[in-house]
Amino acid sequence: MLTIKGSVWKFGDGIDTDIIIPARYLIQPMEDMKWKAMEPIRPEFASLVKEGDVIVGGLNFGCGSSREQAPAVLAALGIRAIVAVSFARIFFRNAVNLGIPVIECRDVYEQANEGDTVEMHPSSGKIRLEEKGMEFTGSRLPDFLLAIIERGGLIPRVAKDGGK
Amino acid sequence: MGKTIIEKILNHAGGGNASAGDIVTVGLSYLMTNDAVAELTIQAFEKLGKPPWRKDRIVFILDHYIPATTENAARTHKLMRDFAGKHGLPIFDQQGVCHQLMLEQFVLPGDVVIGTDSHTCTYGGIGAFSTGVGSTDGAVAMATGNIWLKIPETIRIELTGALPDHVHPKDVILKIISDLGADGATYKVLQFTGSGAAGIGNAGRFTMCNMAVEAGAKAGIFEPDKVTEDFVRDRKRKGIFFQSDPDAEYCMNMTVDLDRLSPQISCPWSVDQVVPVDEAAGIRIDQAFIGSCTNGRIEDLRVAAHTLKGKKVHPQVRLLVAPASQSIYRQAAAEGLIEILIDAGAVICNPGCSACFGGQGMLWDGEVCIGTHNRNFRGRMGHKDARVYLASPETVAVSAVAGYIKNPGQ
Repeated sequence: MLTIKGSVWKFGDGIDTDIIIPARYLIQPMEDMKWKAMEPIRPEFASLVKEGDVIVGGLNFGCGSSREQAPAVLAALGIRAIVAVSFARIFFRNAVNLGIPVIECRDVYEQANEGDTVEMHPSSGKIRLEEKGMEFTGSRLPDFLLAIIERGGLIPRVAKDGGK
Repeated sequence: MGKTIIEKILNHAGGGNASAGDIVTVGLSYLMTNDAVAELTIQAFEKLGKPPWRKDRIVFILDHYIPATTENAARTHKLMRDFAGKHGLPIFDQQGVCHQLMLEQFVLPGDVVIGTDSHTCTYGGIGAFSTGVGSTDGAVAMATGNIWLKIPETIRIELTGALPDHVHPKDVILKIISDLGADGATYKVLQFTGSGAAGIGNAGRFTMCNMAVEAGAKAGIFEPDKVTEDFVRDRKRKGIFFQSDPDAEYCMNMTVDLDRLSPQISCPWSVDQVVPVDEAAGIRIDQAFIGSCTNGRIEDLRVAAHTLKGKKVHPQVRLLVAPASQSIYRQAAAEGLIEILIDAGAVICNPGCSACFGGQGMLWDGEVCIGTHNRNFRGRMGHKDARVYLASPETVAVSAVAGYIKNPGQ
């Protein structure tokens, strides 16, 4: 059973894919591209984020382009899960396909502060804010999407298991 | 209970007798990928260790960073050429924007198409189901020829009346996005229907479906009709002209009275920040852009040339025009439009995505651009504090002459 524990990076509503990774960087090698994540609004983010950290966002997180580089740069920097009030459709699917748990939960967005420690269980949707001693239940992914996440993404799931 | 056109298309492609909300696996008519995301797509595909599912149904298009804008672009382009060559896939090398080429050459009514680009939803303009996906979904589809989807609910948008002078399909879709909000149609389809929809030509339908994703929608669609027949007449393959049943179920109904619509404009930095052009009138501009998969078609260039004929672009404004494909470019030249645009002071860019996402014509701190494209996100066209406004080709053209945002009706 997958458990994720890390520090919160908090973002607001309508974080679009050009904020997450501006179009002009999309064709850079991932090793270079990842340092540009969130550059238009938080240029320091990429150098400060740590392995295992979690993003908490507002409405329509990841709206805009279909670029899979958006969840990919976040994963490359160590982000292991994203909690938002809501997700844009393509971003949500891309994140799952890369093995990144995405959970919708308004309470966490309203209660969590930057730097809080969060522990989450994608298989149940349970999210705990450690310092505040608060626990919430967010959206739970359907089993076939959880299976993709537990396998580490759609490619390993299809390549090793032979189907979806 | 009847079915929507979307339910019918997806059921025909393998869904069986499913309805909105059901998860189905459907067979694809086409998969399209482009140079913005091809590297990730190819890397993911190669990890699968499988051959392409069908060589004639996977289309590679170089349109974002063309002609190669950086060494990284050159590397991506070579990777795409090599991959397409190795597998015998059709490749369009710097011939125009992917969505325009897919419509000109491949997609037919009733098709199911996915593309690794969010504006793949454009093909709903001829009654196809098409939507954007990421690289991993694209890679798996390249190997299997199918994809799982949740059949989306449909928002029925009845268009009544006819467009007044100086009001264009771009203004209609901007108004709809404004009413719905940037996430108002998430996971849903926008179906444009009614007598007003019948009066909109193919180019206008493409503009409107193209921007469905800016309200979060999975797709936009017009039911194919006589207007569509004109567009696909010369194709060898024949499409299927699905229609929504009269008793189909919709999650929401909207009506837009075209007669009462005025020119609209989207303001920075979100597409749903739309106001009537009058409310933004007078804002000084540095750059104007006419082109993109939203509004780079021959109809758009005709509007621009008609507006600019005998006039000069304001000396402190640079006007960039990028036809959406080589065939549109050729047609515009044959009609004398290119000469009119050059005489007015426009710079004609090569067909492709061009300035829309900052591939050319980037902006510096504090600069203002008005364009016919589909997104005005912060940082997309360059500096994070550059400001981008989105409007119809006519509004952009009159503003380029004035030097400030101007209502074309005045």
